[in-house]
Amino acid sequence: MERTSNLLDEAMAETPNNSVVLIEDCVETSGAFVLHHLMKRSLSPQSSSLLIFVAFAHPFSHYDRILRKLGCNLVMQKDNKRLLFFDMLMPQRSDEVAGKTGLHALYHKIHKAVEMASLSESNKHIVIMIDDISVMEIAANGCTDDVLDFLHYCHTLTTQFGCLLVVLTHEDIYSVADRATILLQMEYLGDVLVKAEPLPTGLATDVHGQLTVLNKSNCNSLGSSRNKMHNFQFRLKESSAEYFYPGSLS
Amino acid sequence: MAETICRSLRDGALEGEHAAALTIKDSITSPFGPVVFNHVLTQLSSFILAGKSQSRGLVLIALTQSPSFYANLFKTNGIEVASSDKWLRVLDCYTDPLGWKDQLAKCGGISNSSTSTAVSSSLCKDVKNLDKLFTLLLELGRGVIGAEKCRFSVAIDSISVMLRHASMVSVAGFLSNLRSHGEISSVFWLLHEDLHESKTSAALEYMSSMLATIEPMTQLANGLIRESTESISFTEQNFDRGKFNTRFKRRNGRVRVVCEEFSVDQSGIKFKSFSSEDAVAQSIVPKLQFNLQLSEKEKNDRAKVVLPFEHQGTGKSIEIYDGRKPLNDEKLGVKPSNAAKVQTNVASGGGEIIYFRDSDDEMPDSDEDPDDDLDI
Repeated sequence: MERTSNLLDEAMAETPNNSVVLIEDCVETSGAFVLHHLMKRSLSPQSSSLLIFVAFAHPFSHYDRILRKLGCNLVMQKDNKRLLFFDMLMPQRSDEVAGKTGLHALYHKIHKAVEMASLSESNKHIVIMIDDISVMEIAANGCTDDVLDFLHYCHTLTTQFGCLLVVLTHEDIYSVADRATILLQMEYLGDVLVKAEPLPTGLATDVHGQLTVLNKSNCNSLGSSRNKMHNFQFRLKESSAEYFYPGSLS
Repeated sequence: MAETICRSLRDGALEGEHAAALTIKDSITSPFGPVVFNHVLTQLSSFILAGKSQSRGLVLIALTQSPSFYANLFKTNGIEVASSDKWLRVLDCYTDPLGWKDQLAKCGGISNSSTSTAVSSSLCKDVKNLDKLFTLLLELGRGVIGAEKCRFSVAIDSISVMLRHASMVSVAGFLSNLRSHGEISSVFWLLHEDLHESKTSAALEYMSSMLATIEPMTQLANGLIRESTESISFTEQNFDRGKFNTRFKRRNGRVRVVCEEFSVDQSGIKFKSFSSEDAVAQSIVPKLQFNLQLSEKEKNDRAKVVLPFEHQGTGKSIEIYDGRKPLNDEKLGVKPSNAAKVQTNVASGGGEIIYFRDSDDEMPDSDEDPDDDLDI
């Protein structure tokens, strides 16, 4: 296994277990690979965490194919009960209890799963991932307040059960005028902000973009504030990604 | 002026006035509002514990952090949590603000989720109803101060969350009810300015006697962090420090604005007086061997020097002889004489100069070389 510590891992190493990680990307540079990387990391044999994945953007088969290339079999993990996959692509009318919005019902499912997992001692750490907040907004019929309420309740899970919450969103779909609310709300909520952007200098063949990792949690007593901000570039390959500091590409 | 803010909150409501109120305002470019809020909270708590403040208790409305977070915060700042029953109540609007967990528990889905924390807290399951919240708050406050005739303080850890759940009008009503209540000594709250329209933050500022604004050290030219290539260096610069502007409103309407700097590290937040102006002035003057600056004493001495043709403060106009006959003498009918007393300095009291002219046609000092006495 070529699993060596890379810059992304180093940057995320200081992330406390019970924090909120917000991944922001844009049309030119997708941040999905960060999500894949974190998926792989939480499902790796070294860790013993349970992954609860809420898929709004892509079906299970999509993630299965990608993660298999990264060397992680999702079907097997599902059978091992290390992965709980909530497919939100299909409209699930049967689940909707009268008087509840879809997200309310979804929260109940997640909460139950988290509580079950925390009762059984085998899984030490729980990671909740939501693959696209912007699609969740569509599922909530554009009601951002519902999304924010849902995220608040997920945040209570992080403090109550020590979960890690990872969410992905797009920053460029919100216009500057009403840039307010949801994106800012999420930035206030997030402890760690991972931003995927295209290179400021333009397109390049062997550098696909830059990542900025901002660690805002100051309750963390380790590490000086200098280590709290990381900026590096990345190159995506078929089965992995390379991370390097600007100008240090061999 | 973070110290002054904490002192004002400690001193509480003035006689016959509303409770002291503080708005802490931040934005995403410098999101240190919670840090400042926690700082003020711990300062006020230690004042209350020491019995120095007007208020005898504190009710904290927790909307963005759990009660256990605050218990930890107090513990790390050296404030006794075990005996916090006597002065602290937490109104927990964080754990279950909309009653979702309650519903789930009723369905039998989850076990009782109430976790015991070190601080005594009570759960609020309907944040949208501010009237209920207000009565709950008063109950808690009265519980902490007992039957005595004294006051308590209120802290709201994010008014922005409250504004999301309720309308501006009801939040404003809630706050002004708090301020005008006789048992409340001081109120403070945190506002994320960029989540709201400017009229909302203006309305909240009107209701507060103090305003603390947290700003980045440098402003971006276009005001946007997005799509600017300098955003990384901007974030780096403002990552652990910022500007802290405070505005105090006295009851006579006088407004005082003070600027400070702060820096944040693991140990907390540190304030220092704003020094960039001095730094700029010092950096402009290059390092020279000459002394270009004056000391304070030298400045005073310079101010005392009387310049040669300055009127020397007798109140009278001073006549300077230019060789002609004085106009006044003719008017008064005084016989012009060669031996005219030309100039007398009366106020000097002591001596006087008497000058006799030899003749009118002789130009004064005409036969002498004016530079004769120079020793070159």
